[in-house]
Amino acid sequence: MSRYLWMTLKNVIVLSVLLLGWQLLVLVLHLPPYMLPGPVAAGTSVVTRFNDLSKSLLITTEAAAMGLIASVVVGVLVALVFAQWRGLRKLLFPYTILLQTVPIVAIAPLIIMWAGAGLYSIALITFIICLAPIIANTTQGLISVEENLIHLFLMHNASPMQVLFKLRMPHALPNLFVGIRISAGIAVIGAIVGELFAGSNRVGEGGLGYAITYANSQLETDYLFALVFAATVLGFVFFFIGMFLEWYFLHNWHESSRSDIAD
Amino acid sequence: MSSGIEQQAIAPEVLLDGVSKQFRSGALALQNVSARVEKGEFVTLLGPSGCGKSTLLRLVAGLTRATGGSVSVNGTTPVNARAQMSFIFQDATLLPWRTVERNVGLGLELERSDKAVRREKVAQMLELVGLTQVAERYPRQLSGGMKMRVSIARALVSRPKILLLDEPFAALDEMSRDRLNEELLRLYLEHQWTVMFVTHSVAEAVFLSTRVVILAPHPGRVAHVEAVRLPWPRNAGTRLTVEYEEEVARISRLLRGVRVSEGATEGVQA
Repeated sequence: MSRYLWMTLKNVIVLSVLLLGWQLLVLVLHLPPYMLPGPVAAGTSVVTRFNDLSKSLLITTEAAAMGLIASVVVGVLVALVFAQWRGLRKLLFPYTILLQTVPIVAIAPLIIMWAGAGLYSIALITFIICLAPIIANTTQGLISVEENLIHLFLMHNASPMQVLFKLRMPHALPNLFVGIRISAGIAVIGAIVGELFAGSNRVGEGGLGYAITYANSQLETDYLFALVFAATVLGFVFFFIGMFLEWYFLHNWHESSRSDIAD
Repeated sequence: MSSGIEQQAIAPEVLLDGVSKQFRSGALALQNVSARVEKGEFVTLLGPSGCGKSTLLRLVAGLTRATGGSVSVNGTTPVNARAQMSFIFQDATLLPWRTVERNVGLGLELERSDKAVRREKVAQMLELVGLTQVAERYPRQLSGGMKMRVSIARALVSRPKILLLDEPFAALDEMSRDRLNEELLRLYLEHQWTVMFVTHSVAEAVFLSTRVVILAPHPGRVAHVEAVRLPWPRNAGTRLTVEYEEEVARISRLLRGVRVSEGATEGVQA
């Protein structure tokens, strides 16, 4: 307990020193607030503009969650198809790499042209950047089952569906969560990049990405910092939810979350 | 000298007739192997690595197909006879996401047996192999020996007539291995299975088997078929007897003969 307390204390000290250094830098160099506001100014704007901030946060959360969930559903389905049909996998798998290498910033305007400004374009952009890690990792998990385990199932005359549901899918669960962890981290980034381009279909109201462009154009740099802070926290929350689900489903049996050792 | 079990034998349970197995790479794993295993026999396949002993076992299980000759199990094809066979692998091959109890019940579950019946059978089996205490645990919480015990329980719970074991205790320490050998022997005498056992340990082969088939490598073929000259019943004390030591020495000499001639042919080829 006291060790835990000491850990917390150390973290608080590090954070305080960083914030204090930042504030001092602003004060000593007499930086104008539109160039670099101090942490006090940024913090104040979180409080004073809490309503705008939370509205934007909610809009971004919705788009990011929608894109991420869609990528998990579609990604798992694609992986299942890839795992069942080897020929199809060999033929199509290279294209999933394209999903990852395509510069999303470059094709965002196209997507907006096709799907219209607003939520759907933004969710679609998130979906595209989240999809590849889910497909790649889940497919890997589904096909990397040890041969002896397959033989074991064959010895019991297991049907292909039994092999899929009772062997391949549980075996791929840890890999799926690796994919989810990666995708959860980039989902918020995807949504914000989408919002930078797609903005909103109502002036003045939009997600964090939209609000960042807007604050930047108005030289409201303190609010811009508040928005960046909110985006960072949101990314962390997504990541944390992914980690929690991973723990929830794997902690009993998987080596990655080993807490108790065999006796 | 020979065992009572051997004399009871009536019909061949496993019949290999001129079996060959060539891999897709072109390598010849087995060439013209003929052998018969009678009902109730404990036959060990012994030989240096590369002699195709594991391949032979997989042929009997129907997990791979012969490229020549025929394999029949209980008068039918290996695949059709699978319901009467259980295969025990070198590693425990447990499903890490299932508890011990649910691992043992896997086969019955795949065969869609009634849930209540399954619970009952699994509970009995856990009792029999002394795993009741760890029924709720996950494999990662068990030692290597315990995992193997779970693997054996899983193989026995569907009441097989034929047991196929592929170096099941090779990864264990000597003490666990000896103990599991004794338990396997006890269960074998009780249930009168037909057993085919692959190992590279002569000591294990002599202790367990009624007969030993020694295979020669490159390509795999039968070099010797020997009845084990060791009286029944056998137990831990058997390992301390002179007969046991002599028999281990005799089989070892036969095996060494196979290895030496292998070295010689390799020398000629080189």
